[in-house]
Amino acid sequence: MDLIVCIKRVPQTAEAEVKIDSSGKDIVRDRLTFDMNEADSYALEAAILLKEKFGGTITALSLGTADAEDTLRIALAKGADSAIRIRAEEFVELDGFKTAALLKEVIKDIKFDAIFTGCMATDDSYYQVGPVLAELLRVGHATLVSKVEVADGKAQVNRELEGGLIEHLEMSLPAVFAVQTGINEPRYASLIAIRRAAGKEIRVVGKEDISLELKSNSTLEELFLPPVGKRAEILSGSTDEISAKAATIIKEKGLI
Amino acid sequence: MATILAVIEHRQGVIRDITFELLTLGRKLVEKNNAQLTGVLLGHDTQSLAESLRTHVHRLLVVDHEVFSDFNGETYQQALTAIIKKENPFLTLVGNTAFGIDFCPSLATQLGVPFTTDCIGVEMVDGRIRVTRQLYDGKMDAHVQLAESSSYVLTVRSGICPAEQGNLSAEIQKIESPVVSQPDYKKFIEYIEAVVGDVDITKADVVVGVGRGIKEQANLPLVEDFAKAIGGVVACSRPIVDANWLPKDRQVGSSGKTVKPKLYIAIGISGAFQHIAGMKNSDTIIAINKDSNAPIFNEADYGIVDDLFKVLPALKSKILEIKK
Repeated sequence: MDLIVCIKRVPQTAEAEVKIDSSGKDIVRDRLTFDMNEADSYALEAAILLKEKFGGTITALSLGTADAEDTLRIALAKGADSAIRIRAEEFVELDGFKTAALLKEVIKDIKFDAIFTGCMATDDSYYQVGPVLAELLRVGHATLVSKVEVADGKAQVNRELEGGLIEHLEMSLPAVFAVQTGINEPRYASLIAIRRAAGKEIRVVGKEDISLELKSNSTLEELFLPPVGKRAEILSGSTDEISAKAATIIKEKGLI
Repeated sequence: MATILAVIEHRQGVIRDITFELLTLGRKLVEKNNAQLTGVLLGHDTQSLAESLRTHVHRLLVVDHEVFSDFNGETYQQALTAIIKKENPFLTLVGNTAFGIDFCPSLATQLGVPFTTDCIGVEMVDGRIRVTRQLYDGKMDAHVQLAESSSYVLTVRSGICPAEQGNLSAEIQKIESPVVSQPDYKKFIEYIEAVVGDVDITKADVVVGVGRGIKEQANLPLVEDFAKAIGGVVACSRPIVDANWLPKDRQVGSSGKTVKPKLYIAIGISGAFQHIAGMKNSDTIIAINKDSNAPIFNEADYGIVDDLFKVLPALKSKILEIKK
């Protein structure tokens, strides 16, 4: 099977302090670490598992600035055969729609049986790229995918719904699968594989290769901190004092 | 008069809560903008569902066909494309749920109209749509202006517009189904119910929720010991289940379980909105997190801004002292 995996390099903000930069439209990035978007690493693993079973190739594709090539090299080290970067720096206002449209311009010249993407990226939280890409390529898609099994040319696909319910679909290929986190156990790249991937060529494409005149759907006007809700009463003091206060609260509620 | 269209989400014979939230948002928008709210119900044998929507919309379009007995994003997309082209609404609203996410972005792309997803605020300003979205793991909000158009599609997050009673009396209009069969390339097979585990976290008075802040699976016994001392059950946020450290039936949140214990202690959980949705109705919430800006502190009653690896043993010994 010939597979394509779309990967995004994103700032790791879940456990970090995030601040607005001087433009008011972006965050301060220099103190953040960057890595493959979490759902994309599950998408990559899903593709690698299919390649291990059926043979074929994996092309890793990323719309990103030069440092996205580090992330593509991780994909190469884990099991992708080739990698392509689209120069994000040559395009503006990259919302989910425009991102998908640019990916499509590269993918339309590649033969594929399935495309894997993460169901969303943690930085812009769009949930758009997979389904829009499928629509532009005129193939089927499923989002929030929690299982893909291929047999006899058909894919048995599970989608994760609310409350733990699963939607089971039967799909034909080619198709786009926007993968939910937790679908598999993404492997680590071995040191030898990382060293080998360091020497591989990454194809880089940009405006000169993509003749599309694209309008974005949306323009980000400004970032601001989420309004503070009711806000917890923060217990103060040493760890010991705080713990004593918390224990007292729990006791007063009659819970111990 | 301009129309706002809202897509009715229902599953297994029940209208989902997001629908009434969406219709409440829709009514607020049409009141301000002299427009009319139209609901679209795609389903099969939905008479009672249609009746329960009557007070919520000005007009309800009902498609009754067996192809809509169960959900298939593809049949929804094709039917809604036909309906939207005919009705020509200024705005189409859909929930940002497993249902809406599966067909909205591709629907808007097929229609060629501007759209965005997971909105937490929607305004109509000078004939254009401006929304509020959340970025960077919920740590930033953004105002986003959509491109100029005569029609828009948006998905709206659950829980941002609490459902209110409606006092309208809708005209219910049946329309022919634009779609009569599932496409070969995407067929609904069945719903699979969640697996029932050994512990039911929805029945416990005290729930100890653990998140990414625990760092390693090897640290989990610290939380289990603590839960034992306080007499609670261990639950968790999504990353813990994704990593296979705890089973799926321990997950609190929109794709897991909803809990309403007397006490919820969130340990190393930053507070993604999906997690908050599953525990916000707990009687008392105590959050322990080293990041004072973590969104969990907006939901908690009491906050401890400290290293959980120091706090847990200290709090455990204080609790055991009291118990003695």
